[in-house]
Amino acid sequence: MRAAPKKHVAPPTELPGVRALLVFGAVGLLFIMLLGRSLWLQWMENDFLQSQGAARFSRAIEVPAHRGRIVDRFGDALAISTPVKSLWVFRDRFDATPEQLRHLARVLETTPQQLSTRMKGDGEFAFVARQLAPETAERALALGIQGLNEQNEYRRYYPGGDVTAQVIGFTGDKDAGQEGIELAQQAWLGGTPGSRRVIINRRGDIVEDVAAIHAPQAGRDLALSVDSRLQYLAFRELQAAVERNKAKAGGLVVIDAKSGEILALANWPTYNPNRRDKVARDRMRNRALTDTFEPGSTMKPFTIAAALEAGKIRPDSVIHTEAGELTIGKQTIHDAHRAGPLTVEQVIQKSSNVGAAKIALSLPAETLWRMFSEAGFGTVPKTGFPGEVAGRLRPPTTWKPIEQATMSYGHGLSVNLVQLARAYTIFADDGELKPVALFKTDGAVAGRPIVSVKTARDVRHMLELATLPGGTAPQAQVPGYRVAGKTGTARKIEGGEYTRKYVASFVGMAPVSSPRLIVAVMIDEPSGGDYYGGSVAGPVFSSVMGAALRMLGVPTDAPVDNVVLPPPGTRIEEET
Amino acid sequence: MTRVNILLLCVLILCALSLVTSRHHARRLTVELEREQARARQFDVEYGQLSLEQSTWGMPARVEKVARESLHMQLPAPSRVEVVEAAEKAK
Repeated sequence: MRAAPKKHVAPPTELPGVRALLVFGAVGLLFIMLLGRSLWLQWMENDFLQSQGAARFSRAIEVPAHRGRIVDRFGDALAISTPVKSLWVFRDRFDATPEQLRHLARVLETTPQQLSTRMKGDGEFAFVARQLAPETAERALALGIQGLNEQNEYRRYYPGGDVTAQVIGFTGDKDAGQEGIELAQQAWLGGTPGSRRVIINRRGDIVEDVAAIHAPQAGRDLALSVDSRLQYLAFRELQAAVERNKAKAGGLVVIDAKSGEILALANWPTYNPNRRDKVARDRMRNRALTDTFEPGSTMKPFTIAAALEAGKIRPDSVIHTEAGELTIGKQTIHDAHRAGPLTVEQVIQKSSNVGAAKIALSLPAETLWRMFSEAGFGTVPKTGFPGEVAGRLRPPTTWKPIEQATMSYGHGLSVNLVQLARAYTIFADDGELKPVALFKTDGAVAGRPIVSVKTARDVRHMLELATLPGGTAPQAQVPGYRVAGKTGTARKIEGGEYTRKYVASFVGMAPVSSPRLIVAVMIDEPSGGDYYGGSVAGPVFSSVMGAALRMLGVPTDAPVDNVVLPPPGTRIEEET
Repeated sequence: MTRVNILLLCVLILCALSLVTSRHHARRLTVELEREQARARQFDVEYGQLSLEQSTWGMPARVEKVARESLHMQLPAPSRVEVVEAAEKAK
């Protein structure tokens, strides 16, 4: 065995003490620095670092909640919100090649010139296009134009358009109700978007729910009492009547006599809520609820009912109409057509002002007032519609005799059309006044008894006479059904003076044997020659009532050849 | 003593591994749930659009126009209407 090379291997020498200390000290110092740094990060910069970390994997995302739908009584949509997208840019960050701009213009159905003008306006922020269908917005974004961003929004659509416009109203910015039912039921319909905190992975998928910050509150659906078929029918007939009579405006209400629900509420003029940029406020008003008018003779049945209840008259009592003139104090009231003595039934049938006034003057003011007031005049009808008005009915202590006389035939007080239609439930429902409702109710609704069953039936019979030959409104008859109703022709007051402008109205019910529907028609300022309630509003009542009863499948209560018009050439005596 | 410790260590490692897998599983399920919820929202939107479309096509104004103009339908005159009583039907 050979010895190991004789090379001398120096034994490991110890480092000199100073160098060892130096290295040890340096390493130790580094450790202390590291420790210090980590403590610093842990305590002093903790918040900052945690928020930075969270920003990389944790996100607060918005959970959208859409607005509830408004549907009619059968569940057909009358207002729906659907998501749409708006495209926006910061003007200085927008950068598109001319070709991209051309493509974008094609997608948005506009011209590149228009787009570039929009980009050159003032301000940093600009909308390129608002409320696009999601597919359109996606195609625009797919062009990959730099600086083009999207924003999610909701848009409300109204399939009924101008037919249901004034009832439903519309929503404004951020899908919040601004008019009509949309406004009144904002709390019910409106959804509150929620938000939650989640952890996402690098692909952007949500992998974990950390916490719900706000639970979303989706809007609830709202069912109206409106029947969209009847609504359309009412609207179509009202529009035709307003145009035929060259009138300024009109309103039509259909009420279910058994439940008080409003089945149709049409107004003219109207507007399209889906395109309402330049619509005058005036057209948006729901006149049937927010405007009042002097009702005229449609009030007479209430005068007669009050007197029947008080026992002052019976349906066959004879009233002397003083050759159609009656002087009270300094004023004289007239009948349009002179008649001799009339029975109480004939006072309604022929609509005699003098007759009604004489009956009213036989009663204390208080009694007449109570009747009007209990029928709902002078108080808001409480349909839940914003801006509905009470009308005017002065307290009886302030009535002068002449006022009591004129009020008996509907002058000196004012009502809205819904109030008037509702008041007629007294005669349709054997003396009960039904609460009126715009929202769907189930089953029959209990009313408040106002007059006796006998009085209600007597008045109903008088109202039927008014639609038969010899009455003021034979045009209101409906084939196959017995109808009852009252005409009204009132002169309008402007600046405290009665003018030569009229409001023609008709309120009636059918079938008389067991009334199902009440229809009230009001035509404002007819100027096509005719202005009488019977000839202007009567035919509208007839066509709406006839078609509505057929649509609802109400059994007929008369032969189909029941319509008896007076022989040609006879004058239909109309009241003013 | 050492044996027990080794055993406990193994148990610990097993627990840790199962925690990792179940966490992973949970995340995968969450992703799936999210995807389904997104689909549900999508369907909700589609339902809204379809019912809007249904309402628009089914508006009485349009139905009437089609009936009158394309199908040439009209209301019969009262003289051509025969009313059938329910009692007669029952016979």
